[in-house]
Amino acid sequence: MSKSELAFVRHEILPEQTPPITDAGIVKWLRDNLFPGPINTILTLVAIYFLFKLLSGAMPWFWNGVWTASSLSECREILNGATGGCFSVLTERWNQLLFGFKYPSEAYWRPTLAFVLLLVSIAPVLFSMLPRKLLILTVLYPFVAFWLIWGGTILTPLMILLGFVAGYVAFRRVEAKGFGTAALLGIAVTVVFWWLGGYISSAAPNVVALTPVPSRDMGGFMLNMILGTVCVSLSLPFGVLLALGRQSNMPIIKWMCVIFIEFIRGVPLITLLFVANVVLAYFLPPGTSFDLILRVIIMITMFASAYIAEVVRGGLAALPSGQYEAANSLGLDYAQSMRLIILPQALKISIPGIVNVAVGLFKDTTLVSVISMFDLVGMIRGPILASTEWNGIYWELWGFAVVLFFIVCYSISQYSQWLEHQLQRDHR
Amino acid sequence: MKKTVFLGALTVAGLTAGVAGAATLDDVKARGKLNCGVTTGLVGFAAPDANGEWQGFDVAVCRAVAAATLGDPSAVEFVPTTGKTRFTALASGEVDMLARNTTWTLSRDVDLKNEFVGINYYDGQGFMVPKALGVSSAKELNGATVCIQTGTTTELNLADFFRANDMEYEPVPIETNAEGQQQYLAGSCDTYTTDSSGLAATRATFENPTEHVILPEIISKEPLGPLVRHGDPEWGDIVRWTLNSLIAAEEYGITSANIQDMAANGTDNPEVNRILGTEGNLGEMLGLENDWAVNAIMAGGNYGELFEKHIGENTPVGLARGLNAQWKDGGLLYSPPFR
Repeated sequence: MSKSELAFVRHEILPEQTPPITDAGIVKWLRDNLFPGPINTILTLVAIYFLFKLLSGAMPWFWNGVWTASSLSECREILNGATGGCFSVLTERWNQLLFGFKYPSEAYWRPTLAFVLLLVSIAPVLFSMLPRKLLILTVLYPFVAFWLIWGGTILTPLMILLGFVAGYVAFRRVEAKGFGTAALLGIAVTVVFWWLGGYISSAAPNVVALTPVPSRDMGGFMLNMILGTVCVSLSLPFGVLLALGRQSNMPIIKWMCVIFIEFIRGVPLITLLFVANVVLAYFLPPGTSFDLILRVIIMITMFASAYIAEVVRGGLAALPSGQYEAANSLGLDYAQSMRLIILPQALKISIPGIVNVAVGLFKDTTLVSVISMFDLVGMIRGPILASTEWNGIYWELWGFAVVLFFIVCYSISQYSQWLEHQLQRDHR
Repeated sequence: MKKTVFLGALTVAGLTAGVAGAATLDDVKARGKLNCGVTTGLVGFAAPDANGEWQGFDVAVCRAVAAATLGDPSAVEFVPTTGKTRFTALASGEVDMLARNTTWTLSRDVDLKNEFVGINYYDGQGFMVPKALGVSSAKELNGATVCIQTGTTTELNLADFFRANDMEYEPVPIETNAEGQQQYLAGSCDTYTTDSSGLAATRATFENPTEHVILPEIISKEPLGPLVRHGDPEWGDIVRWTLNSLIAAEEYGITSANIQDMAANGTDNPEVNRILGTEGNLGEMLGLENDWAVNAIMAGGNYGELFEKHIGENTPVGLARGLNAQWKDGGLLYSPPFR
């Protein structure tokens, strides 16, 4: 077959054509995702309808929002029948929502600074790529934060810190003679030091002092943050100890831990809080002011540590027994093997569970509003809704609370996902 | 485990230290502050304002007692209590007195070992209906759906009232006043029932208060008053007579405006002079200074002034005096003589 028999031969490649309009770009995406068939088309239209109804109802509420009125009735006057939120309650009462209504307003910078420092000092714990020396900040943070939020002389937190340092030094000195003896000695030294330090700090109450703020003046979201951070960080070590105790071979320790964990887990948090608020007051001698926040912290910590103990126990149980045997065969004693081999692995496994408990616990701190503490929810339900200016406002206030809690809880859960990814602890 | 040991030790310490000391007045003076239990927030009766200062009709009683005992109406530590924690806070000595819209009932007085020292507000359960319903009396509510807070005395009162009048109703159970407000406005019930002061305060927050009426029937007695715990009658006397002095002051025309003048120059009325401490030694009998009542009245004004300022007709709460008028004006306020 010669060339001349062919009518036409193309010598060059055809230029590329754009795909048909129905198979590219936004149209294809729409067809594939929103209108692939009759049922899906109907569902899409219904969804669009509801979305429209939702937005057309909600958006004017935001756009028309009143930010400058001084009471609900004034808001209504300004709106004059139109739909609109009365966000003035937030602009007028934001300080009460964040700090409670009794925290002195000239001292708002103190909890704010404490919060910023919290972010800074927690970073080296959360992100292992940061220089390890930053951990010194983390160790110092609780004392600084206590001084900033509660005020008073800096000697009080300083003495507590020095007590810990003294205890640690004593511990290191005799650590070679065994972990248990050293730990006991360390605790004894710390307590003695505190006892002595108490005299010093009460003798000089004005050394580098901030205006003291009593605990019952704390409130608002600040209270939720204090309770959440303190209780989570305290319940971790207690939870680990309880989990180890539950696995112990020593029957008394084991049964004490089992009873504690099972009892606490079998009781609702709210009853523990009532005990903290109401029943303890009967047992204390009249006139003792055993700080209410401290009582609540103790109860929530007990509650959270029981749950964390069970999470950690799950981690311990997941380790192959070879790990325990390997530790023994290296000649490590119990404390060493736990510290160096078992716990690092078990805690890694437990991370999702621990984060879960932490998020739940943070939200549970709003329960203190039931025992008449003015946390964020307590502030809204009590003083703000009971003021003659703002009685009758709901959506704006609760929406604000939702936003605050969502930001914190969502960040925690995002962090834990990132961390799980980092650690890649399964054998894939 | 250390914590449980710690708590146990505290328990033992508490039990050996014994229960509340006797002389509350001495405690208050030593402390320099009165611990007064209030609500966590009730419109017109107790709520902190934008500056964090407690304001309200119940709060005013606390301030008057602080002024009478310590001479300073601001020497009060307000301890917010919920309906669940109020009596234990009082019984455990955490507060010296409660001024917390608490209904005086026999069991609360006797069984819970409290001492109600008087009544600062006569309340009662009422009904609110939309005007559009066209109802003018609670007796016309046969077959109505009623929004009612569960687990309260109002629930029982409601059942009694409908049974006594041989009517039917359908309850819509709600948990809080805020929820009741929403349900009622959304039209899930024909009528909303709770204490009439609460109804008035609730109605004041509506967008169109004039479209709703509070029916004239009051179906229960809710005498609200301050209380102290058993065991210190002298302290109870102080709170009782401080409240009485506010009521008597209105009766005899002593106001925060003219009291200075009256106390300085004396009056022709011996009863007024005894209240103001320019005659007799009533203050001494109570263990207080002779100008105790002057201080109490100056703290916020007499009963009528307090009422007008916090819950009266010119406030958003807008309550009429009604039962809470002086006995001379057809109300129930009646202070025993100062003699």
